[in-house]
Amino acid sequence: MAPGLGAMGEKPAAATTTKHLCVGSMASGLREVYESGRTKDMEWRQSQLRGLIRLLTDKEEEIFDVLHEDLGKHRGESFRDELGILVKSVKYTLQNLKKWAAPEKAEAPLVAFPATAMVVPEPLGVVLIFSCWNLPLGLALEPLSGALAAGNAIVLKPSELAPSTAAFLAANLPKYLDSRAVKVVLGGPNVGEELMEHRWDKVLFTGSERVGRIIMTKAAKHLTPVALELGSKCSCIVDWLDGERDRQVAVNRIIGAKWSTCAGQACIAIDHILVEEKFAPILVELMKSTLKRFMAKPGGMARILNEKHFQRLSAYLEDTKVAASVVHGGCIDPKTLTIEPTILLNPPVDSDVMTEEIFGPILPIITVKKIEDSIAFLKSKPKPLAIYAFTTNESLKRRIVEETSSGSVTFNDAVVQYALESVPFGGVGHSGFGQYHGKYSFELFSNKKAVFKRSFLIEFMFRYPPWDDSKIGTLRHVFSYSYILLFLTLLGLRR
Amino acid sequence: MAGVVGELRASFKAGRTRPAEWRAAQLRGLIRMIEEREEDISDALHADLAKPRMESYLHEISLAKTNCTFALKGLKNWMKPDKVPAGVATFPSTAQIVSEPLGCVLVISAWNYPFLLSIDPVIGAIAAGNAVVLKPSEIAPATSALFAKLLPVYVDNSCIKVVEGGVPETTELLDQKWDKIFYTGNGNIGRIVMAAAAKHLTPVALELGGKCPAIVDSDVDLHVAVKRLAVGKWGCNNGQTCIAPDYVVTTKSFAPELVDSLKRVLERFYGQDPLQSEDLSRIVNSNHFYRLTNLIDDKKVSQKIVHGGQRDEEQLKIAPTVLVDVPLDTALMTGEIFGPFLPIVTVDKIEDSIEFVNARSKPLAAYLFTKNKKLQAEFVSNVPAGGLLVNDVVLHVANPHLPFGGVGESGTGSYHGKFSFECFSHKKAVLIRGFGGEAAARYPPYTPEKQSILRGLIDGSFFALILALLGFPREKR
Repeated sequence: MAPGLGAMGEKPAAATTTKHLCVGSMASGLREVYESGRTKDMEWRQSQLRGLIRLLTDKEEEIFDVLHEDLGKHRGESFRDELGILVKSVKYTLQNLKKWAAPEKAEAPLVAFPATAMVVPEPLGVVLIFSCWNLPLGLALEPLSGALAAGNAIVLKPSELAPSTAAFLAANLPKYLDSRAVKVVLGGPNVGEELMEHRWDKVLFTGSERVGRIIMTKAAKHLTPVALELGSKCSCIVDWLDGERDRQVAVNRIIGAKWSTCAGQACIAIDHILVEEKFAPILVELMKSTLKRFMAKPGGMARILNEKHFQRLSAYLEDTKVAASVVHGGCIDPKTLTIEPTILLNPPVDSDVMTEEIFGPILPIITVKKIEDSIAFLKSKPKPLAIYAFTTNESLKRRIVEETSSGSVTFNDAVVQYALESVPFGGVGHSGFGQYHGKYSFELFSNKKAVFKRSFLIEFMFRYPPWDDSKIGTLRHVFSYSYILLFLTLLGLRR
Repeated sequence: MAGVVGELRASFKAGRTRPAEWRAAQLRGLIRMIEEREEDISDALHADLAKPRMESYLHEISLAKTNCTFALKGLKNWMKPDKVPAGVATFPSTAQIVSEPLGCVLVISAWNYPFLLSIDPVIGAIAAGNAVVLKPSEIAPATSALFAKLLPVYVDNSCIKVVEGGVPETTELLDQKWDKIFYTGNGNIGRIVMAAAAKHLTPVALELGGKCPAIVDSDVDLHVAVKRLAVGKWGCNNGQTCIAPDYVVTTKSFAPELVDSLKRVLERFYGQDPLQSEDLSRIVNSNHFYRLTNLIDDKKVSQKIVHGGQRDEEQLKIAPTVLVDVPLDTALMTGEIFGPFLPIVTVDKIEDSIEFVNARSKPLAAYLFTKNKKLQAEFVSNVPAGGLLVNDVVLHVANPHLPFGGVGESGTGSYHGKFSFECFSHKKAVLIRGFGGEAAARYPPYTPEKQSILRGLIDGSFFALILALLGFPREKR
């Protein structure tokens, strides 16, 4: 029996669906709406994007509330990582939509003259988006905006593990968007499975590798193209840094990219650090003092999602060798589901905390003799979604870019690449495939159709049977673009 | 098989396939192979498909060479990173997109253009810096054997390998872990390939088939249109081509004229007895031969034949056959024909043809013959397909500036020209920051002052940027 989609065996969230979901009729209803041409219309797409912006601005307070309910996120974090970025991104899409949707001229070889060639983007049709619980608003609405911009009808299945946000989306998307073309489906893994029994024109899944495999296997039955945004262990290399200022800036950014990003529960959060053994003590001390300042007031860090994840993370620390490597933090509170920012120094490389994606507020620091050794370490691991490196060494930067592979590389900062619309966001290898953000979101949900137009004007007789050797000779000239020879031959051949 | 992949992976890890010089050398090797072995290639294609030499030259050999040359010319440019703007929110920073190879890729080729459909994806894989295994189709055994013999002579065998075989070998190959799988063939196997890829989370490109419609309006230069239609159908492997026009849609009133013109052109191309013509390819094997004859021997279908229908079992040849208004529920009209039968569907008004076409699954290509600009515009905006041609057929496959690939049931992913390079590349985002431009507003504790600066920063406000850069809000220690 096929394994279910149950993420880590949690009990399903309290049922928020009131009626029995009939995916088949919903899917065919959406297809009818799509075939009617409604969603292709440029004005419709623009109005939907404006509707999204209005939703995000009207309901700002409520959004902060639901994100706090689901994850204990401070509104500062929620604004920075989800709400603010979304508004910026949708505005960017709105500004550029006409340009992206316009046909692009392509070269046509002279020998096909007269002819025009172009690439015309068109929507794929009816698409399905699965979003994840850690950025429950962002991971739902960013792809949604891309799918709308590309002219598709959409089903969104938000993660049931962030139930308040899911309910918020179910209640508000129909109010601000065209509910005939955009549907929200709530529920747990069984709903996800049922959805995947059907054919879609594209599926975007953000989540774990394990479920990603299941989604792709089910999609194969219908030849449904998929994009998978999966997790990984994002390494952060910290080179020897001179000067107090640079060190402080680096540490600020590292802490921001670990504990300040959903308490480390983010696919692009720093998973672990690689540092030269001589620099490690300096780094650790500076991190401790900075953490004290950042986390001085309560609410500086989101909480752990739920008990299951809390237990998973606590278990890492129960391994005696790992516990012995704690140099900061380590305290856990099961009542509030909080684990304080914890730093480990050289836990065993075969321990769970070093082999599984941590997705939490525990930061292992691994020391190497020379910083260049970290490149070999990276190459031995599955390709992550992001690699970070704090360094001023140009040759090290070049080696990292050329010798390692990852979704992205960011130097001297972390996580911020998520906010940049001009670069694609997505994984490679085990961290997934398919990219989005900015124009890539539009393209992810589009088909780029090749269009070639000819006229009846000029006819080349050597295209047609019956074949003979002189025709081959002529064609040789054609294919090597020897236009002069071709011209001379044509003078002889034309009837 | 695991040994083959292991060797490939070791070569890739050693960085052999990365330098531009290596990639260029492989492409030049392929060009030399095509130039020096043209006769052998033509012979193999003739053995596998009785392909007329002209077709072999036109559709496979010269196209493969042109594509290699195109990749060779474009290589250095394609390999260059793309500089892109970095925004206010991450100021100061520079951003670029770097193309890198995926790693070890598997190319599974088809039997109908066994040479071209092997070389084309392999060009992309090499240009993008990957190590590659080519699995040619066992249904075209002469070409498959030729690859196994020639490739090791002309290209770097430690990074480019040929694995021959049928279902068991292909299954074993699919069990291995690849960084991308490129499959050309039919939808049933496409599903199997994708399911196998799912186990390793391997991305796939599937070049599948479908029923490519050709709409013919009455306002066309009929003789030219029919010649193009005919050469695209029967002049391309006798209809065994994924982008061959599968069926025609035209008006009831125009159909008789169209049929007449087709008959005349067919006679001109293939003579009175097409089965004797050297210019007609044979059906690839007896399986397909019987599949095809069964399609037209169905009583509901045979009575609709208006031209052709002859076959020669010994030679595995079937003559060009035209039919009119075959019942839509027959196998001929529901599945991809992939053979020399051209059913004509008639409609009342030519505009109805678009609805007819759209009611079926999205094809790899769709064709329209008309001078009517309005109809052309409607066709282009409202007919979803991998590619569209107006007033010609099949040619777009030779334009390296156009992406070639399907959508929906006709496949996913595209290639040719630079698109081949991109098909086998990962576009890595690289963001470079310095230690300047530190914005305290990013970090907890999140005070209201910080939040308003953050708001400004994210909104792209330069004023907020300046405040942030100046260190506002000032930290209280």
